[in-house]
Amino acid sequence: MEAIAQDARTALERSVLDAFRESRSPRDPEWLSNVRRAGLDRFREAGFPTARDEAWKYTNVAPILKVPFAPAAEAGPRRLPDLDTAHQPARSGTQLVFVNGRYAAELSSGATSGEGIEIASLREVLATRPESVEPHLARVAREGNAFADVNSALVEDGAFVRIAAGAVLADPIHLLFLSEPDFGPTVSHPRNIVVAEPGSQAVVVESWLGAAGAQYLTNAVTEVVLGEGAVLDFYKVERESVGAFHVATMEVLQKRDSTFTSHSVTLGGALVRNDLNVRLDAPGASCTLNGLFLGSGTQHLDNHTKIDHAQPHGTSRELYKGIMSGKSRGVFNGKIIVRPDAQKTDAMQTNKNLLLSKEALVNSEPALEIFADDVKCRHGSTIGQLDETALFYLRSRGIGEDESRALLVYAFASDVASRIRVAPLRAMVERHLGLRLSAGDGVDLSGARA
Amino acid sequence: MLEIKNLHASVAGNEILRGVDLTIRAGEVHAIMGPNGSGKSTLAHVLAGRPGYEVTEGQVLFKGQELLAMAPEMRAREGIFLAFQYPVEIPGVSNVYFLKNALNAVRKHRGLPELDAFDFLALVKEKAKLVDIDEELVKRPVNEGFSGGEKKRNEIFQMAVLDPTLAILDETDSGLDIDALRIVANGVNTLRSSERAMIVVTHYQRLLNYIVPDFLHVLVEGRIVREGGKELALELEEKGYSWLEKEPPPSSREPVPVA
Repeated sequence: MEAIAQDARTALERSVLDAFRESRSPRDPEWLSNVRRAGLDRFREAGFPTARDEAWKYTNVAPILKVPFAPAAEAGPRRLPDLDTAHQPARSGTQLVFVNGRYAAELSSGATSGEGIEIASLREVLATRPESVEPHLARVAREGNAFADVNSALVEDGAFVRIAAGAVLADPIHLLFLSEPDFGPTVSHPRNIVVAEPGSQAVVVESWLGAAGAQYLTNAVTEVVLGEGAVLDFYKVERESVGAFHVATMEVLQKRDSTFTSHSVTLGGALVRNDLNVRLDAPGASCTLNGLFLGSGTQHLDNHTKIDHAQPHGTSRELYKGIMSGKSRGVFNGKIIVRPDAQKTDAMQTNKNLLLSKEALVNSEPALEIFADDVKCRHGSTIGQLDETALFYLRSRGIGEDESRALLVYAFASDVASRIRVAPLRAMVERHLGLRLSAGDGVDLSGARA
Repeated sequence: MLEIKNLHASVAGNEILRGVDLTIRAGEVHAIMGPNGSGKSTLAHVLAGRPGYEVTEGQVLFKGQELLAMAPEMRAREGIFLAFQYPVEIPGVSNVYFLKNALNAVRKHRGLPELDAFDFLALVKEKAKLVDIDEELVKRPVNEGFSGGEKKRNEIFQMAVLDPTLAILDETDSGLDIDALRIVANGVNTLRSSERAMIVVTHYQRLLNYIVPDFLHVLVEGRIVREGGKELALELEEKGYSWLEKEPPPSSREPVPVA
């Protein structure tokens, strides 16, 4: 037995090492054991990030590290809680439900492993046909951060989605992750893999919810590959409890002429850190990253993005908006790398933030590294408050002060919100925008958008 | 309807209004002219309740109530409308949505039933025609991408929809060419009525050729220094504002409404 737990520095680290010891199984294929081992080794060497790490200087993870989060016990069938229509699939659509990071077949619908389309639990696929997963697991996520390495070390379950070449799926594929700690704080390490084969078109909605007020840690990694000419719309909706921690890495690899659109909506959580890394790995690829984060109370919401223009004729568009109230803190760091071969790159990044209170804070940093000379790259960042003139204008027509503020906040978020093409999801976000502001009843904003 | 008594107001610590007295009755159109910095816009904004304007002395009664104690939205619901000199753009909020909400807030306050979307759009159509504004403009975000003339027309259009008792037009003519001016003035004139009063704030006499006032007040350094009829406007146009300092007011002049 290796004495690996003795020098663990924090409660979480001890708990990770314990979990690793218990998770290893002789039945795992060697390549999978290697992935796990490599993840653990990298983690042990680097340790969890501290403020001295450039990428984490504004986000202090100490509150996470001192909690001995442990994997939830395996549980029997559960009931689905009442869900907003935003998190329900169309009648014939697919929804995979995971509870505490483990696939709950009895709550899911539409799982399939036909020739064309595979939508299934990663654990099942690893058990029955691991050769489908091997080319994709931990291939994209190369340079991890410690949390992603822990996810690799403990990878067990998640969603495996493969859309066959040329397949065009009309209905969104819903992946729903629910956290329900039973005794004490729990941690889950879902690993999602989405492979969009050449020429395919699909929409995936990854939702993160959990028991209200509960304390849990979601440590997720999502790996996405788009083949030549594939079109993928990916929605990530995070609505976890005010006591929850969410650290997620999403790695996207794009092949020639592929189109990737991401919508990231962050509404819940005590501390949320999203790393979204996109590599335009072949000519003609394009990506659009939309993000909206709403903070209130003492929430800390951190979005780090990286767009790597590795090849020529790539296009990227990024629009992230934050609305922070109370004493909440937002972080946006948008890195764009344009490599020497990436001529004719066209990149535009915008981050706009609205502070609704004196104590709210945002750190916004664009980071552009441009090594090619025939490119178009622009970026812009603003941090401001509600326009007092606009507020007075609305009030001078008879609209009450609270409602006027709500209207202006809604207006601020509306260009990002309106890009959400899954209608129930967009409606949920719009409702949330209205609800966040009024102390009392939500404001009915239906029809507010021009 | 409106009684302003000895009104003193400051902006950012500077006293702008230094004792304004004015009385306005229903059906009357009062023009206020004056040089830059005289306090014309300040007066308009103080009446509408804009934050940042501090009243240091005086009283304003609107339909017998203390106006200065009311929040801006309350003043609007009671029937005051300010047509802004520089209407702000509010991208992301539709003109129709905002106006419908405003109108229903006003109607609710007056004990009238709220209008549903259908009835409201019918009202919009009617009023758009009345003040000669393109209905399509109305469906766009508030003032977004509107030209100067379109913004001013939108102000008058809102006035038509909200049906105020007292309308204050703050330099509605600024930035407009003759044609735009004519259209805006027509809109205003169609809204004149015996139940409504208007305060028309302007720097140039030209607007008053189209919107002919019943009374003219000249504001200089925060006080009304001369009052008269529309002929006074022509005299000012010819001789400038500094003439007022040199020439004392005529001993006989038309009776003016007293505070």
